Amino acid sequence: MKYVDEYRDGDKARDIAAAIAAEVQPDRSYAFMEFCGGHTHAISRYGIEDLLPKNVRMIHGPGCPVCVLPIGRIDDAIRLAKRPEVTLCTYADLMRVPASGGLSLMKAKAAGADIRMVYSSLDAIRIAEANPERQVVFFAIGFETTTPPTAVALKTAEAKGLKNFSIYCNHVLTPVAMRAILEMPPTPDEPPIAIEGFVGPSHVSAIIGMEPYRVFARDYHKPVVISGFEPLDVMYSILMLVRQVNEQRSEVENQYIRAVKTEGNRVAIDLCDEVFELRESFEWRGLGAVPKSALKLRDAYAFYDAEKRFTVETQPAEDNPACECGAILRGQKKPADCRLFGTVCTPETPTGACMVSSEGACAAHWTYGRFRHRETNSALRKSA
Amino acid sequence: MTKTFRRKLDFKAGRVDMSHGAGGRAMAELISSIFKDAFGNELLEQGNDQASFPTPSGGRMVMTTDGYVVSPIFFPGGDIGSLAVHGTVNDLAMAGAKPLYLSASYIIEEGFPLGDLKRIADSMGAAAKAAGVMIVTGDTKVVERGKADGVFISTAGVGVVPDGINLSGDRARPGDKVIVSGSMGDHGVAIMSSRENLTFETEILSDSAALNGLVDAMVAAAGPHLRLMRDPTRGGLAATLNELAHQSGVGFRIVEDHIPIKRQVAAACELLGLDPLNVANEGKLVAVVAAEAAEGLLAAMRSHPLGAEAAIIGEAVEDDQRFVQMTTGFGGGRIVDWLAGEQLPRIC
Ligand code: SF4
Repeated sequence: MKYVDEYRDGDKARDIAAAIAAEVQPDRSYAFMEFCGGHTHAISRYGIEDLLPKNVRMIHGPGCPVCVLPIGRIDDAIRLAKRPEVTLCTYADLMRVPASGGLSLMKAKAAGADIRMVYSSLDAIRIAEANPERQVVFFAIGFETTTPPTAVALKTAEAKGLKNFSIYCNHVLTPVAMRAILEMPPTPDEPPIAIEGFVGPSHVSAIIGMEPYRVFARDYHKPVVISGFEPLDVMYSILMLVRQVNEQRSEVENQYIRAVKTEGNRVAIDLCDEVFELRESFEWRGLGAVPKSALKLRDAYAFYDAEKRFTVETQPAEDNPACECGAILRGQKKPADCRLFGTVCTPETPTGACMVSSEGACAAHWTYGRFRHRETNSALRKSA
Repeated sequence: MTKTFRRKLDFKAGRVDMSHGAGGRAMAELISSIFKDAFGNELLEQGNDQASFPTPSGGRMVMTTDGYVVSPIFFPGGDIGSLAVHGTVNDLAMAGAKPLYLSASYIIEEGFPLGDLKRIADSMGAAAKAAGVMIVTGDTKVVERGKADGVFISTAGVGVVPDGINLSGDRARPGDKVIVSGSMGDHGVAIMSSRENLTFETEILSDSAALNGLVDAMVAAAGPHLRLMRDPTRGGLAATLNELAHQSGVGFRIVEDHIPIKRQVAAACELLGLDPLNVANEGKLVAVVAAEAAEGLLAAMRSHPLGAEAAIIGEAVEDDQRFVQMTTGFGGGRIVDWLAGEQLPRIC
């Protein structure tokens, strides 16, 4: 674990914290969005907020694939899983996401649907091979990081001549979502978001490279620092962002040089291009319908497309109106601003998606950070 | 008591799902709305892993029971048989009791290999002997193929508590020290690494062991200063400390850098996206002790083979919200919470 410990060293953290404190101008505030759930998790799990000056605020972005998936798509997956011939393979994180009608994949499983938790797309292939009489559907979700493994699974199925394997594709695109956040029109009852820079995705960038972020620096004048997932990476990236803001620069910088190349991973990009194409539009929880923000299988691979094999037609489904996930994902509100936070909505009884995955803003704040709001907590409890 | 919202169980249409067995809040809800309601009595209300009661002829006894459904049945460092002894012996020992007698009931699936059954029973016998307990009664049931998964074992145990010892989960007081007996997370990671759908190999062995010997040494060293002990099984150290915080009405503050965790366990958890503090142990205990006796107790634990890596990891504090807070190795603060929902396969 040497490799990892190096990036979690408390002494080094204090050095960087001191550097950030020395760098920030006391008379102004700084607000940066970490797009990725992985960064949200690192910030919460290591208590990074405690190491930052009061006037540096981190906004948790929508980069948790479980959180941004709209209810309608979970409903689809449940309908698929209920078909007698189907075995649905899913990542564990999706099991408890609340769907319409009080359902979830976990409850559907308890009621008899054949749903298996897998750790990788290739586990789903193994299940398909071992159960030739079952129609095995892989519930594919995630950003650019998990897209190549899905493509590999498809290619593997093709090479093995597997006829009983298909993919329910929900892969989404990071830069498009970042842009959607910046383009978000202000609403009367929500304060405008003042994102001054992005902590850029690590693993996503290892695939797509640095180029796709240039538009933010150039057209929106927002600095982007691509950051590793380790806590020291995040701290250092924040320092780099503060410096850019102070020097009135807006550039795409790479803190994560040990993994991210300017041009990304060509092999992975080409493979994904071969297998996937853009959807006209895709519904994001919190962001609404975003044009060209998600992927589907190309026609040449229609055979492996669960949406075609089983004619899935997504029905729009309503979120709980009190849930503030949308405003939180957009950075306009904080989890503790939601009336349901910690009372009705907890990780064990999630109302909204942000409370389900440990990378979700609400779950991260509840699980790791709620001691920072003791007063709010007791007020909440009393009113509940 | 912190009041969090409880979603009422739906007795008309609801069904048991995997989260009800995961050791988190969903399971607590199930137990309180079904079992406590049906069985209600003051011994059950103690809320410990064992019940402690006076015997008619004087002295105190403890009794406990546990079911074992671990999969795989044989795992690195143990098997379902030895585990069924260790788990129940430990639940007795956590009350400071001397474990005496165990029962064993087997539910066996049709088609289960006889050789495996013998291997399990032999391992169980050897574990009982090593722990100084006798398995004095039992039961055997066979169910049709598909109605169980190989073999399930349930053990119950009784033990006697030495005079003057009174350990219970509600006895932690602000200022008390928290000690763990060794590295966290070994058992859960050993199980997961041996499951077929996880393709990594570590040299991690389960820590499955009977702790009554260590407990004897601890009781001798700290006597009445010892407030409570609990073995952090399902849900790991995080779940145990949260339970104790609620039972005792205190908070805990612990220091990440003081918690022993093996490098390979940390690495495996990293791969699996788990927090070692949520991962099960089967041969470790958490003790809460009055501050003035902490160093002496620690020394006694360290001179026992099962406590060689014991460490003081923090203390109980006043906290009306019962938070378990940790200073991270990174220098920040965070909460250490129960794990929500089912993430792990059957581990005990
Ligand atoms: S606390 Fe729950 S209901 Fe409120 S915004 Fe977060 S996920 Fe939605």
